[in-house]
Amino acid sequence: MAFCSRNSRNIINNLKSKVGLSRLMKPSSDCCYTSCLNNTNRCRFLAPQLRNPDSHSQNKGHFFCFQRFQSTTTEQHFASLPNGEHNQVLDFPGGNVVFSPEMQFLSESPGVYNPCYRVLDDNGQLISNSIFVQVSEEIAVKMYSNMATLQILDTIFYEAQRQGRISFYATTIGEEAINIASAAALTADDIVVPQYREPGVLLWRGFTLQEFANQCFGNKDDYGKGRQMPIHYGSNKHNYFTVSSTIATQIPHAVGAAYSLKMDKRDACAVTYFGDGGTSEGDFHAALNFAAVTESPVIFICRNNGWAISTPTSDQFRSDGIAVRGQAYGVRSIRVDGNDALAMYSAVHTAREMAVHEHRPILIEAVTYRVGHHSTSDDSTKYRPANEIEWWRMERDPVTRFRKWIETNGWWSGEAESQLRSSIQNQLLQAIQIAERAEKPPVKDLFTDVYDNIPWHLREQEKMVRETINRHPKDYPADVPF
Amino acid sequence: MLGIARQKMLEQSSKMIRPVVSVLRSYSSAAKQMTVRAALNSALDEEMSADSKVFLMGEEVGEYQGAYKITKGLLDKYGPERVLDTPITEAGFTGIAVGAAYYGLKPVVEFMTFNFSMQAIDHIINSAAKSNYMSAGQISVPIVFRGPNGAAAGVGAQHSQCYAAWYAACPGLKVLTPYNSEDARGLLKAAIRDPDPVVFLENELLYGESFPISDEVLDSSFCLPIGKAKIERKGKHVTIVAYSKMVGYSLQAAEILEKDGIDAEVINLRSIRPLDRSTINNSVRKTNRLVTVEEAFPQHGVGAEICACVLEESFAYLDAPVERIAGADVPMPYAANLERMAVPQVEDIVRAAKRACYRSLQTFSNTGVKLNTVGRCWHQVNNKWEEIVRNFVTLLIQAL
Repeated sequence: MAFCSRNSRNIINNLKSKVGLSRLMKPSSDCCYTSCLNNTNRCRFLAPQLRNPDSHSQNKGHFFCFQRFQSTTTEQHFASLPNGEHNQVLDFPGGNVVFSPEMQFLSESPGVYNPCYRVLDDNGQLISNSIFVQVSEEIAVKMYSNMATLQILDTIFYEAQRQGRISFYATTIGEEAINIASAAALTADDIVVPQYREPGVLLWRGFTLQEFANQCFGNKDDYGKGRQMPIHYGSNKHNYFTVSSTIATQIPHAVGAAYSLKMDKRDACAVTYFGDGGTSEGDFHAALNFAAVTESPVIFICRNNGWAISTPTSDQFRSDGIAVRGQAYGVRSIRVDGNDALAMYSAVHTAREMAVHEHRPILIEAVTYRVGHHSTSDDSTKYRPANEIEWWRMERDPVTRFRKWIETNGWWSGEAESQLRSSIQNQLLQAIQIAERAEKPPVKDLFTDVYDNIPWHLREQEKMVRETINRHPKDYPADVPF
Repeated sequence: MLGIARQKMLEQSSKMIRPVVSVLRSYSSAAKQMTVRAALNSALDEEMSADSKVFLMGEEVGEYQGAYKITKGLLDKYGPERVLDTPITEAGFTGIAVGAAYYGLKPVVEFMTFNFSMQAIDHIINSAAKSNYMSAGQISVPIVFRGPNGAAAGVGAQHSQCYAAWYAACPGLKVLTPYNSEDARGLLKAAIRDPDPVVFLENELLYGESFPISDEVLDSSFCLPIGKAKIERKGKHVTIVAYSKMVGYSLQAAEILEKDGIDAEVINLRSIRPLDRSTINNSVRKTNRLVTVEEAFPQHGVGAEICACVLEESFAYLDAPVERIAGADVPMPYAANLERMAVPQVEDIVRAAKRACYRSLQTFSNTGVKLNTVGRCWHQVNNKWEEIVRNFVTLLIQAL
């Protein structure tokens, strides 16, 4: 059993900080902290373990009062324990522990799987009595246009790679709702630390089709100065950290950024995305643990799309998905239908409120399916049945589902659809043509940004390279400017 | 469990460290003394008070006052928001510090020893060193990674490796190795102010050592330039290049060599990346002979890099092959006698300098392979022969 080995001064200090925070809390959260103060530190350490498994707030429908229901149940439960010799409590470091003469192992699997929050059914119709955050017509239409744009963008760039015009591409097909709906629920100040399957977030924030094309072609207008593979977008002005290929390293980065936002007292949070495979990395566990301990305003969004290249989730982990892991680290979590744009929007919107105002991390497990191959270097029909892929592509398409909802509301039509699609198609093809013909980055960009200022030895090397190019111009490509 | 093992290791090594001396001890002469520990502590304190974006992170840096007491008093002064005690996860807290640096804060990450930095090395290299380049200047990482590096006393193989060569191989990082208190203060301040990621390699056995320090160094704006080596001792017969603890050994060797009429120039590298190639080369062009000294493993080490850069720029000036002194090519043994043989000692440096000056012979094995071993036993066996031959050669020269 892992006990915190902190001395009593630390516990008192933490208690003081809790008292301070509770003054800033919304009324709904006061109960938990009041009960905490009454029982010194007992509630803080025990409340999660004693949580009543029947009170799944999602089913109760009182989304915003989640905390209050949990803690009052816990409070009563704790108070009702008889003080017989079978129920002794001892204060180990880390909290009071109730004894039991029955040897009971915690089961490795819950009897019931963690339910999944959804609001629109498979036909895009609103489920009755569902709780969700209302979306205006303007936002909903913008969300849909972006989802459709993302779909077309992916298709065309994938084709461009197959034609040999770019070296590499990875699509987001099947996960458009996660990308766009989560982006729509955030503000422009929120820092996004992506993995590599979230270009939709950048699209929502205003990255143009031309800018996407420039990065994929690595030309002189690429914000990355041609230093990275395609799809490794990054843009300071959109608060979107540059994509890094290493899996899960972005998760602790987001916690660090969130901690900094908290230190700066900003009204913003950090958001990071990762796949089901990424949750196996050590960085995931350290980051969640840290976020809980440092009370950082960070939202972890896991795109559980069933596959990590060729590894299915049954080979990746044996837990009931990802959301239950959040609980193990003391992080509030929820499982959401990732193909339901409205549910994603609601969940991220609420998570953001909690993260920013309560200074806590939130874990969102968005369940979905990776319709495309892992990347252009992969042929997923080699390890999964083609009909499974087709079924998810056609029957479970998140874009179609959301379109049905906005059509039901009278906000969209077939005409608008064809207009949008043809317009985006043309814009994209044009952007690709322009990007392909543009010059590559100049030779000097090979040596800049290694350090803040160019050190003398790199300046010398640049000079040597230029001299060599001057002596042997036919050995160097014509489209690389000097 | 690992925490307990480390605690025991710390208790053991702290017994071997000299007792902490007070920050300033003024003598009847004007020269003040300061331990390296106090120098580092004062540098951190001053930089934290000058810039509110600077914050510390690491295991035991707060409540415990620092595993080696480098961060003593800082938690009380700056509070838990700026001095963070982290859970035991180097990969985790390094990633988090890098994320904070991406945002714009200036973290100073402490590794209990740099051996544990291997658990975080992906973040140091792939997240910190390469980010400015990969993001085309959009993400700068003003982070400092500091901690004790290299051999301590009786801590075994997994606590004794020197990482200077590993980190110095990576473009995007800066790697600093202070020796005395002036180095410690000046270089740490420079590192914290630098917008690039810096790996700051200290030495556990130097923490308790006291060095004289001038008033200029004590000033809060004092800063040393990164990438400049210091000539600790001027000489004209042979150049000895070293970093960290080996600088002290080289200075002692120079004293011994002086008695034999060899005037050695000792260079304290201070900065491994960028390497001060011009100072090294200028010195070699003056003395024509070079000895490199490091505690680390010999292959692909700092000494190898120095040899290469001298060959590239000053080949014609060399009058003798470069002598490279390094630690033995074995994981560090624990037993005190074996440990002593696995790291260079002052005598090894003296002998290498003499070989470079043609004042003693190279030793050859039966197969004719030149042996420049560090192991003491070889030299004990050959000492007698060296003396005999040296006397003979001296006679010959006199006769001519």
